[in-house]
Amino acid sequence: MAGLVDDPIIRVRGLVTRFGTHTVHDGLDLDVRRGEIIGVVGGSGTGKSVLLRAIVGLLKPVAGRIEVLGESVRDTPEEEYRRLRRRWGVMFQDGALFSSLTVRQNVEAPMREQLQLDQDLRETLAGIKVRMVGLPENALANYPSELSGGMRKRAGFARAIALDPEIVFLDEPTAGLDPIGAAAFDILIRQLQAALGLTVFLVTHDLDSLYAICDRVAVLADKRVLAVGTVQDMLKVDHPWVREYFHGPRARAAMASAEGAP
Amino acid sequence: MSAAQGSGARALFTRAQTRLIVAGNLHINAVAKLDRAALLEMALGNTEIDISGLTRIDTAGAWLLVDLQQQASADGISVVLTGASEAQAQLIDVVRHSLAPTGTAQPKAKTLVDQIELFGRMVVRGLRKAAELTSFLGQVVGTMAGIVIRPRRLRLTSLVHHCQEVGLNAVPIVALMAFLIGVVLAFQGAAQLRQFGAEVFVVDLIAISVLRELGILLTAIIVAGRSGSAFTAAIGSMKMREEIDAMRTIGLDPVTILVVPRVLALMIMLPALGFIADISGLVGGAVMSWIELGVSPAVFQSRLVSNTDVWHFGVGMIKAPFFALIIGIIGCFEGLKVGGDAESLGRLTSTSVVLSIFMVIMVDAMFSIFFAIVGV
Repeated sequence: MAGLVDDPIIRVRGLVTRFGTHTVHDGLDLDVRRGEIIGVVGGSGTGKSVLLRAIVGLLKPVAGRIEVLGESVRDTPEEEYRRLRRRWGVMFQDGALFSSLTVRQNVEAPMREQLQLDQDLRETLAGIKVRMVGLPENALANYPSELSGGMRKRAGFARAIALDPEIVFLDEPTAGLDPIGAAAFDILIRQLQAALGLTVFLVTHDLDSLYAICDRVAVLADKRVLAVGTVQDMLKVDHPWVREYFHGPRARAAMASAEGAP
Repeated sequence: MSAAQGSGARALFTRAQTRLIVAGNLHINAVAKLDRAALLEMALGNTEIDISGLTRIDTAGAWLLVDLQQQASADGISVVLTGASEAQAQLIDVVRHSLAPTGTAQPKAKTLVDQIELFGRMVVRGLRKAAELTSFLGQVVGTMAGIVIRPRRLRLTSLVHHCQEVGLNAVPIVALMAFLIGVVLAFQGAAQLRQFGAEVFVVDLIAISVLRELGILLTAIIVAGRSGSAFTAAIGSMKMREEIDAMRTIGLDPVTILVVPRVLALMIMLPALGFIADISGLVGGAVMSWIELGVSPAVFQSRLVSNTDVWHFGVGMIKAPFFALIIGIIGCFEGLKVGGDAESLGRLTSTSVVLSIFMVIMVDAMFSIFFAIVGV
């Protein structure tokens, strides 16, 4: 199968996940390279979010092996897993911020849990992270319910990068944002990926994001990864869903805008 | 590089003429362990911070460097950062642009005036809520009156469904609770009355307290905890998912569809539940009297019939619909106040239960006074 590389940062082999009798993944293989932004696309119900959950260990697969940063996610002892978990950050679809904490406290939460920092340093660093994702100064003291959808996503991103992880998993970061907000979020991901040296695992529906920031794209279909490669590679894949996705009118519009403003 | 995230690796700071040389691993754990005051001491008087020896740096490390540079530069000397790789320079740049803006106001201490103001706001909020609740009561009663004029507007299916939910399904718990209350009363009453040889008065004690007060009051409290909270949670989650707004846009009145069937169901079923509680409380008392005092069921029955005025039962039953109205109105009102977040749902559900139990007890006290005045 194409797209497997040496020394990947995430390596998934033969993944099988099942809900009751419904099989979501059946023998899925995927490699993610260090320092890339990989976009995972697929129709509704193809298990994009399930794959993300399986990789970060929130969901127990029926079979298969998942290695992140060279260590198996499932079979490591709890202590190792805790250490491993510190090296990645996850942003859920709507930010999944803790509603009883302010934005600043949300970003501080992983630091409080994982590191021994004095309060001053923690507050300073949390402030830096919040400003890094482009939130205004007064958002620090706000509760999640007082923020707009786009701001909640940004705050969720700030919490995901709170510990300077090596990998961030983003679940549909641009879903539900207006085109301007979505484009700004794309740029933000690109900037922080470069500045912090992140590897980004991006589950998305957004064709513009794929064209604008993804180094590679993995297409989920038929319960496995159907194709991996650059967006240009995807145009040549001969599969009905992939063709429809990458040659549809929206894809052409996204391609045109990506070429118009490189 | 990433493997070295453990605590072993440390950053090294050395001075060479006017240069501060930073080498090693400057990540968040290392930064946390540094003595930052001593470091600033060391940095003062330098004109250059050389970081070409750094193997790894993260946001915290970058902040430390920027902070050091800014503080050391304060006295008219400008300190430059040199030797950063391209990636490091980019990170430092991003952090530099994300620093807290200078001169942010400190939150000031709370004074007595603030406390008084806070108290005043709470009072006003309470009064406003009382007014809102009253206006909601009026709205519901108005809608019910409209239904009396045009009965076709009543949602019969919904009403029957809620009758089953709040009434039939609550029968076991209410019956058991009242039975146990009867048992407790008989047991405790017997212990006291035996001292005077007046055991047989335990029948009057049980009959009056269960029929007049306890049966209906405890039933109302159970129903408030059971159904009042369910009303708030159900309507609140509909509000969160914008179902209530959707109803309004297609011309359906949430009060007619959601509130009236629930309140009516409670008003029909609470007297029924109260009646069941009365019966089962008496049965519990009779059983315990028989076991503990040897008062046979026949004696219990004849004493109950001859000595207990039927008005005791009437007083209990009159209160039931009022308690039902209170529980239903407060449950639905709090549900409609839920906002967009899950936290408000939980908070308002517990408010609804606490407030309705409190109001039930308060109205019960008012009824007591009223019945004492009219002399029943």
